[in-house]
Amino acid sequence: MNNNKPMAIAKKNLWTENPIFIQVLGICSALAVTNTVLNTLIMTIGVVLVTGFTNLTVSLLKSLIPKKVRMIVQTLIIAFYVIMVDIILRAYLPDISKSLGPYVGLIITNCIIMGRAEAFAQGNGPIISFWDGITSGAGYMLVLLLVSVIREILGFGTILGIRILPDTAVTWTIMLTPPSAFFIIGFLIWAVKTIMQRKEKKS
Amino acid sequence: MTPDINPIVLFFASVFTSNILLANFLGMCSFIAISKDFKSANGLGLAVIIVLLITSVLNWAVYHLILVPLNLEYLRFIVFIIVIAASVQILEMVIDRISPALYMTLGIFLPLITVNCAILGVVLLLQIRNYSFVQSAVFGLGSGIGWWIAIISLAAIRKKLEKAPIPAGLKGPGITFITIGLMAMAFMGFSGILSVQ
Repeated sequence: MNNNKPMAIAKKNLWTENPIFIQVLGICSALAVTNTVLNTLIMTIGVVLVTGFTNLTVSLLKSLIPKKVRMIVQTLIIAFYVIMVDIILRAYLPDISKSLGPYVGLIITNCIIMGRAEAFAQGNGPIISFWDGITSGAGYMLVLLLVSVIREILGFGTILGIRILPDTAVTWTIMLTPPSAFFIIGFLIWAVKTIMQRKEKKS
Repeated sequence: MTPDINPIVLFFASVFTSNILLANFLGMCSFIAISKDFKSANGLGLAVIIVLLITSVLNWAVYHLILVPLNLEYLRFIVFIIVIAASVQILEMVIDRISPALYMTLGIFLPLITVNCAILGVVLLLQIRNYSFVQSAVFGLGSGIGWWIAIISLAAIRKKLEKAPIPAGLKGPGITFITIGLMAMAFMGFSGILSVQ
């Protein structure tokens, strides 16, 4: 931790320590929702909000929480925000809430959120912790949106339900099935790592 | 209403065609982290089977006998996670008392399991799909076995991959994801036989 400047934190969370590419965290709930861009967008906005507010709360309460029980307290704080997200989704976007199924609840066990609360919010001020949570969530969001854009274009020929490819284009059935998410993430990690290794060699 | 699925069919479906890991992506974090080593993979897999069976049954009871009559369904996330954490803790103590040898192999994985999304995921699936008591128990057990099969196969494959010539950027998580993708396709091959969604 050499600097805690907002820009440095953002760069770290979005790129050099991207939760998915580099730390391979939070994949659990990540892949299943990437079949359409809309689902992914809603789901990841939920994750961004939960990560941000959990960090804020943990940071505010850090002197009040006894060290021994902090894990369970953090889990309860996360669960509290996830319940709010779930209730809001069910009230305003019932269709999407239904198609996300168990994955909204699974935000609770998303290792990114607990990881950031433990690694950052425990030792930093509330505002900067909130920012750290938001940018970590955004790093996660970017990767998932990329995966879902690839899957929706090749699988349905659309983005957000709007047709992009001509009707004559053959859609790839595999993009609608779970294995495609694994392949896309695998190849994305390959690309990102290669770019990073090249940069390292240059410097 | 409860879906009309024969428990035996449900069992095989949850082990193979609807494998929670390969079809629903549940429990990926520990799956990738632990599958580097075959022995740990086996230990974690067995622990997941036990915990899944216990927590599915307990959470079914808690949800249908306590939360639904009291109209507290919206608290389910918090209640489920507390039940999981508590039962893992108790299981850890029981195993420690009964068999120290088993504790040495399974014990260290038990705390990890509390935050394993496979457990909470299966419990939420049970509740969303509205399974009966027997179906829940069978689904919990089958999902655990499916997860165990997936993690020990991946651990075995990764051992072989260590010696394979892989481009530097693809080493580690990259090639693991592609391997899991291929495994998922293989498991999907069963889906013509039966499917449960």
